[in-house]
Amino acid sequence: MSTPESAYVVPVRRMSANGWATLVVFLPPALAIFTLFVALPMTEAAWYGFYNWNGYGQPEKFIGLKNYQLLTGNATFLRSLVNNGLIIAVSLLVQLPLALGIAMMVAGRIVGAAWFRMIFFLPYILADVAAGLIWRFMFDGGYGLSSLVTGALGIAPYYLLADKTWAFSAVLIVILWKYFGFHMMLYVAGLQSIDKSLLEAAEMDGATAFQRFWHITLPLLGPMIRLSIFFSVVGALQLFDVIVPLTGGGPFETTNTMVSFLYYFGITRMRVGFGSAVGVVLFIICVTFAFGYRRIFMRDD
Amino acid sequence: MTESNPIAPPLVATHESSGRKPSPLAGLALLAALIVIAGAVLVPIVATALNGFKQLGDLQSHPFSLPETWVWRNYWNILASVRYWQVLGNSLLIALLTVALTLALSSMAAFAFAHLKFFGDRFLLSYLQLGLLFPLATAILPLFIKIRDLGLLDSYWGVVLPQVAFSLAMGVLLLRNAFRQLPAELLDAAMMDGCGYFRYFFFITLPLSGPILSTVAIISFVSSWNGYLLPLVVFNSESRYPWTLGLMAYQGQYSTSWQLVLAFITLTILPAILMFLLAQRYIVAGLTAGAVKG
Repeated sequence: MSTPESAYVVPVRRMSANGWATLVVFLPPALAIFTLFVALPMTEAAWYGFYNWNGYGQPEKFIGLKNYQLLTGNATFLRSLVNNGLIIAVSLLVQLPLALGIAMMVAGRIVGAAWFRMIFFLPYILADVAAGLIWRFMFDGGYGLSSLVTGALGIAPYYLLADKTWAFSAVLIVILWKYFGFHMMLYVAGLQSIDKSLLEAAEMDGATAFQRFWHITLPLLGPMIRLSIFFSVVGALQLFDVIVPLTGGGPFETTNTMVSFLYYFGITRMRVGFGSAVGVVLFIICVTFAFGYRRIFMRDD
Repeated sequence: MTESNPIAPPLVATHESSGRKPSPLAGLALLAALIVIAGAVLVPIVATALNGFKQLGDLQSHPFSLPETWVWRNYWNILASVRYWQVLGNSLLIALLTVALTLALSSMAAFAFAHLKFFGDRFLLSYLQLGLLFPLATAILPLFIKIRDLGLLDSYWGVVLPQVAFSLAMGVLLLRNAFRQLPAELLDAAMMDGCGYFRYFFFITLPLSGPILSTVAIISFVSSWNGYLLPLVVFNSESRYPWTLGLMAYQGQYSTSWQLVLAFITLTILPAILMFLLAQRYIVAGLTAGAVKG
């Protein structure tokens, strides 16, 4: 393994011997670890993606783009793409307005505001695995919340997690429950930094509450909203931990995300080439989004 | 705006309290709405903790009420078991090693990028920043092969080192920005007095960077403590499982006894909840400020 810095570290511009020594001691460890465990695996994923390989020996069966062809024709993978899209849609259309609304409620001086903020943030610090299991109980038709509802209505127990049409909505509810507090906290920070004299001036000029919100608060929250959207999308793309305890991808493979697809169909079956191809697709989506979004929407932030 | 602490009562009154006072009725309605939402958020957690005290039959007939009889044994048996303390101990060890290495490696690299000009510095910095663009999951299979080939499968280092590697981009970015904001006169004066970079780093930069170092520490600790995919791929022996894997293993073993699983969940999320209650200011500020500055 070679660290790339040796090729680039040429002292120029008032680099003292002391500075040089510092550089040689301080930089290589981080670069080495990063190269070994982040950069190389990513490059290797691109390479393995062209092979049919079970992970033992060397990848030898070169199959070109076959893995990618398999993916485009794989109904489960396409469903997982749709599911990732659904998470993004719910994050942006439901979670974001909800988080913003609640942030406006708790940013002010209402009694117990600090307590409410803390409660709303609490699910965010729990591990996804624990959150997934807690909600598996809640949705269990024989026990949790749904048993309470069906019991009250006097109808047969309903197992949401076994309903192939609606099971994914359970995943969406868990995500909403777990992550809205984080976005709310971003908006609270944004709201608290708004200069209140602007709002007072607007009020004196006769602006209604809605006008003040629409023309002053919302534009000034722009950077936070863009940030919140960014985290929603990036988080949605890599979602995995919630799926395993909640549904395990079922019923009938209807609740997979790209990463859980990669896990169940690549890793557990040791289809290294196929799984790597999934990783590459995910990588391309993530990088395209991150670059594109930053270039278009976050240039000034 | 990153300086404001979202949990603390705002020093500057926000627009809700600007202008004329809202009517008491509106305030009451607002409070009621907040209480309802808070209830909805807390119900799953409280139900989990309470149901851990029940017998299965009681749990089945009354999932959202207090236990008929408090079955403390569910909790005591877990607390008296080796596996509970073992999974927490493993998680703690992995998280502490991850935090220590992340802080050490990223602060050194960030210092070099902040103060030293050398050929290729911008290139190397953007190279490291690539780590911010994609999640660990994208490279998990080749990473597994790499960890296996290095002989690190089923070892703590097999989880710690990749976690550090994936935290470096965030750490270097946050720390470099903070180090550059320290007054340049400090460095000039120190150099004038014959203080080298090493001593400047250890005696000036690090002591002056407590808050940002704790931000990086909190982010990497939380993500390591809650981590699931990487340990899932690396560990085989249950004796090395962190609590996230231990929880799933326990659920697999006792899947027909929800009351035991719920008690186990409660006890394993307890450390995180206690830490959060004790240090919520720092944790919230760390997790949100890290996001904002990153």
